[in-house]
Amino acid sequence: MARRAAPRRPVPLRQPAGDPARDARVAGTLAGMEELLVRSAVDVAVDEAAARRTLRAQLARLERELSDALIAAFGHGGVVAAPAPTERAPAPRLLSLGELEAHRDRLTARIAQARRALADRTAAEERARIRLERMLLEPGRHRFERVTAAELGEGGCGVYEVRPRLGLIGMLAGWWQVKLSSGCPLATRARPLSRRHPSEAERPFRHHSGG
Amino acid sequence: MAAGRVAPELAAELPGLSLHVERVAVAGSVVGRAPRELRERLAELSDGVRGAQAVALRREPVPAAYRVLFRHLGLDPDEHRVPIEAAMLDRLMRGGFRSRSLLDDALLVALVETGVGVWALAGERLRGELELRAEAPGGRVVVGDDAGTIAAAFAWPGAERLPSKATREVVLYAIGAAGVPEVFVEEALWTAGELLAG
Repeated sequence: MARRAAPRRPVPLRQPAGDPARDARVAGTLAGMEELLVRSAVDVAVDEAAARRTLRAQLARLERELSDALIAAFGHGGVVAAPAPTERAPAPRLLSLGELEAHRDRLTARIAQARRALADRTAAEERARIRLERMLLEPGRHRFERVTAAELGEGGCGVYEVRPRLGLIGMLAGWWQVKLSSGCPLATRARPLSRRHPSEAERPFRHHSGG
Repeated sequence: MAAGRVAPELAAELPGLSLHVERVAVAGSVVGRAPRELRERLAELSDGVRGAQAVALRREPVPAAYRVLFRHLGLDPDEHRVPIEAAMLDRLMRGGFRSRSLLDDALLVALVETGVGVWALAGERLRGELELRAEAPGGRVVVGDDAGTIAAAFAWPGAERLPSKATREVVLYAIGAAGVPEVFVEEALWTAGELLAG
């Protein structure tokens, strides 16, 4: 048979006076809790400041990495790492933890994009170099093939092309060679649009024959 | 050269951030045409600039330090260029450093020679001391005096604060960043001051 629990006496909100030991214990506990709360709030503030410092150090490192990537890409025709669009009107200000994190993430994405583009570019240059080596080894099997200096990641407008030696005679005799064109076309003064042929004026770029 | 004030909350968040101030007494107008020697010096500096050098500039210590500071202040230095990169880009686009006035040319020479941007105020319009501070928590970082905000950091003050024909004391200031040796900032202010004082 279950015993019925005796009804609990309600705890008075205010302790009756005249128990100094109990009052001291309660006051001590409250003071301890208050100190704990203050300390944890300070700890959070300190932790946030430390996190902001860490993020700023990361931003500094990422900025150096982005600069390195862009300068490395300069020799390979340049890799455009476009800045991410900013949401707010730009003004120098102290960033919050969240803003620093967002800034770091955008910068990381840009570095990854720049490195990917550089890797693609160097891979394409490597393929062009292999093509040129094959052209040089067996010109007869790569007739009229062309590799531009730009494809090789070199400056200038030179073009490597497999051409017959002595023109028609070489073509008939199977004498093929790789020739490097002399470079960029000479600069010419642009004619005003009104003097050009209408069909020519519509074309956005003028075509230059190499060499 | 005097050290300007940096608000404690800024100094705590961005160690190395500093403000340097120099007062220069000038004999004549600083907004008039620059003397021939200064224009020639600017032309010499202009001739020394190469495209590849401008590209590699971002990795040199002073511009790199300012780029990092810009990032810490929420500015993308590829969108809003640090002063020396902006000057170099302008030089490449225009084909030369253009002479504008004694004041502009003196500040440009100081910038190109040291990589540190220098800004100028009319001394008679300055109230109290210059201070680098945030307008509000999370607000703009600005340069101000006792009368209020003068300009956002790394931006030019409004026309009402700029030196005029009547100005006889020019207040030059530069913002230092972590990684920028103080001697560069001193050199920038000294160069601009010497050129203005004649």
